[in-house]
Amino acid sequence: MSDIIYTGRPVRFNNKVKAAEAPPGVEGEGFFATKLSDVVGLGRKNSLWPLPFATSCCGIEFMATMASHYDLARFGSERVGFSPRQCDLLMVMGTIAKKMGPVLRQVYLQMAEPRWVISVGACACSGGIFDTYSVLQGIDQIIPVDVYVPGCPPRPEAIIDGFMKIQDLVGNESVRRRNSDKYKALLTEYGIQ
Amino acid sequence: MTDQALSNHIKLPEGNLHKQTTTMNLGPTHPATHGVFQNILELDGETIVNSEQTVGYIHRAFEKLAERRPLYQITPLTDRLNYCSSPINNMGWHLTCEKLLGLTIPKRVDYLRVIIMELARISDHLICNSIVGVDTGAFTGFLYVMQYRELIYEIYEEVCGSRLTTNIGRIGGFERNFNDIAFQKLEKFLKEFPGVWQEFENLFNRNRIFMERTQGGGPISAEKALNYGMTGPNLRASGVDYDVRVATPYCSYEDFDFEIPVGTTGDNYDRFMVRNGEIWQSLRIIEQAYQKVQEFKGAAADVFHADAPAYYLPEKKDVYTKMEALIYHFKIIMGETEIPKGEVYQAVEGGNGELGFYLISDGGRTPYRLHFRRPCFIYYQAYAEITKGSMLSDAIVTLSSLNLIAGEMDA
Amino acid sequence: MALTNERIQEKLVEKFGDQLTGWDTQFGMLSFIAPKESNLKILQHLWDDEELGFKFLTDICAVHYPEKEGAEIAVVYHLHNLSDNVRLRFKVFAPVAAPDVYTATSIYASANWMERETYDFYGVNFVGHPDLRRILNVDEMDYFPLRKEFPLEDQTRVDKDDEMFGRGGSYN
Repeated sequence: MSDIIYTGRPVRFNNKVKAAEAPPGVEGEGFFATKLSDVVGLGRKNSLWPLPFATSCCGIEFMATMASHYDLARFGSERVGFSPRQCDLLMVMGTIAKKMGPVLRQVYLQMAEPRWVISVGACACSGGIFDTYSVLQGIDQIIPVDVYVPGCPPRPEAIIDGFMKIQDLVGNESVRRRNSDKYKALLTEYGIQ
Repeated sequence: MTDQALSNHIKLPEGNLHKQTTTMNLGPTHPATHGVFQNILELDGETIVNSEQTVGYIHRAFEKLAERRPLYQITPLTDRLNYCSSPINNMGWHLTCEKLLGLTIPKRVDYLRVIIMELARISDHLICNSIVGVDTGAFTGFLYVMQYRELIYEIYEEVCGSRLTTNIGRIGGFERNFNDIAFQKLEKFLKEFPGVWQEFENLFNRNRIFMERTQGGGPISAEKALNYGMTGPNLRASGVDYDVRVATPYCSYEDFDFEIPVGTTGDNYDRFMVRNGEIWQSLRIIEQAYQKVQEFKGAAADVFHADAPAYYLPEKKDVYTKMEALIYHFKIIMGETEIPKGEVYQAVEGGNGELGFYLISDGGRTPYRLHFRRPCFIYYQAYAEITKGSMLSDAIVTLSSLNLIAGEMDA
Repeated sequence: MALTNERIQEKLVEKFGDQLTGWDTQFGMLSFIAPKESNLKILQHLWDDEELGFKFLTDICAVHYPEKEGAEIAVVYHLHNLSDNVRLRFKVFAPVAAPDVYTATSIYASANWMERETYDFYGVNFVGHPDLRRILNVDEMDYFPLRKEFPLEDQTRVDKDDEMFGRGGSYN
C-alpha cells in the first residue's frame, strides 16, 4: 500500500529518524487513551514557533544556534517568525534598555495565548554587566518569564538547554492553566489584562 | 520609478485630492533591522520620500560605565561595541592603554594580534555579506559560511576561552601563549576557508538576480561620504582608499603586504564586493603573519606579552616567591597602579571603519573620560539621504549592506 | 612638503593670534584651546586653507570638568587631514550655566548626530543645530547623565544591593 502512495526516491541515508515518544496511556485495538494535556503538550512542544527578539550579542549566538552546527530546527522550531501574532515562544536575547522596554511589552501583549518567554543572556535576565541608568535590570520587571538562560553570551548549547526546558514546561502544562486564577493573578501583577 | 512614470500611472485631476504619503514604521523589532534601530519612513507607494532614524534602543551607557572601572576592566565593555568582531575592539583598547602607559610591545605579540584582528574582520564581513544575501532572499550562503565562523570561534576559544565577546588579550599582550591546537585550527582555517569563500562568491558575485537587486541601490558619492564621516568598507566602496591600517599603522601593520579594495559608486553591490575583497586581503595578511610568527624559535617563541610588570600580571609562581611580583600583583588587582596623566586618541580599523578611543586620564585609577568614536553611529546619519527616492525593498538591502551593528551604534 | 604640527601651529597663530591657547602635543597629536565664539571660524579656516586642508571631522565629544569654574564643559573636536594624514584636536570651553556653542553642521554633515549625542549627555546647546534633541537616552529624561554629579546606576532599582558592590551604605 505504502509504495503506491510514495512515488519519490526511497530514503537511503536519513533512516534513523527518531519518533517522539507517546505519552503514558491505555492502548487497545484501534484506540489509545491518554490525557488531553499530554497529547496537546506533545504536539506543542515539538512545534514551537519562536520569535527571536534579538537585540545584541546574544542575538549573534542565536544566529549560531540556528545555523547548521547547533541546529535549533531539530527541535521543531524550523520556522522562526517575526510577527508576534503567529508565534508561541518569545526569545528575548540581549540587553533591553529602558527605551526598548515598552516595545518589548507591546510585542508580548500582541502574542496570543499560550505563550512562553525565555530570557537568554545575563542582560535580559538581570541587566547583566550593565548596572546603569539606561538599562532595564531584567525583563521580568515588565513581562513574566518562564525560563532564564544565564551566560554572557550563553553558549549555543546553553540556549538549546533552555529551549529544552521550555519544551518540558510546554509538555507538562495543563490545558486549563491559561484560564486559571493563579495565571490571571500573575498577569495582573504585571499590569497585563 | 521616476516622477514622470508615477504621474502617468496615477492621474489625479488638478486641484482635487492631494496625493498622500503613507507613514510606515520600520520599527526597532523587524527582521530586516539586524539590531535595534528604528526608521520611520514616509512612503509614496513603494518609494521612500523621506525617513527619520531613531537610535538608542540599546543604549547601555558605556562611557559613563567606563568612568567607574580601572583600565583592564574596560576591555569587556569594548567587546560589546561591535560584537561581531569583538577582538578588534579589544585590541584597539589595549593599544590605547599601551599608548598612554608608554609600553613597547614585542613583535611576536604584534603578529599574534594581527592574526586575531584579521580573523575578527573576516568573521564580521562574513556575517555582513551572508546577511545581505539573506535579505535578498538567498538563505543558503549564510548557512554555508556560518560553519567557518564556528571554526574562528574555536580558535578564539583556544586563546581566551570564549566565543563571541572575547575579552581577548591583556594590556601588554596576551593572557597565554597560543598553543599547538590553536595553530592547528588556524592552519585548518587557512586551508579550507578560501575554497568555501570561493564557493560563496560563485553563488553571489556574478549571479544575475543578486546583481540586479543590489546594483544601483543606495549609492553615495565620495564627497558626501567623507562629509558624513563615513569610514571603512562603506567609504572604500565610494572610491576613497582610506584605511587606518595603512594611514596610521598600528600593531606592526606596516610589515604586511596587502591591498585596499576600492569600489566606484558606493552602492550595495560595491559594498558587498569591497567586503569580499577585504576578506581575501585579510586571508593574505593572516598567512603572512602566521609565517612570521613561526620564524620565532626557541625562547623567542615563548614571548606573548610585553615586559611591563607594573601593568601585566606577573606569573603565579613569581607571585608566590618574589616580593616585587607580589606587590605588582596586588597593585594591579586592586587597581592602584600609577596611570600617567594624559589624553590619547587611538584609532583602529574596525569591521565598519575607524573605531576611535579618546581617553583622558587624570592619574586616577579609572579614566576621567572615555569616548568611543563609533563608526556605525556616525554613518547611520547618512541613511536618510542614501535612501531618499529609492524603493522600500532596496532600502532594506541598503540597511543590511551598511553593516549596522546596534551595539556599536548606541554604546 | 608634509604638514607638520609646527606648521599647523604657525598658520593658525598667523590667522587667529593669541585667541588660541593651550598649545600641547600629546602622543603626536597637536591640540589647542579656542574661545567658544570662534569655533566655526577655526573649522572653516582649517577646511578652506590650501595647506591645512582638514576636511574630515573624526569626532565631537564633550568633557565635564566640575572644578573649572566658569568653563566646566569642554567640547572637543578631532579633525583629520586625509591627504597629508595629520590629526588635530581642539577644545572649546563653555560654562555649565550657559553651554552655548555654535554648531558645525553647516560645514560637516556628520556633526549632526555627534552634537545631538553631546547634547544628550552633557546638555551642550548647539546654536543653529537643525534638530537638537535627545538621541540615545529616552526622550523624557530631564537631566544630562554624563555630568559628573549624576550617578551611574539607576537609583530606583531594588534587586541590587549597593553594599555588595562596595558602594552606598557603610561605604559612603
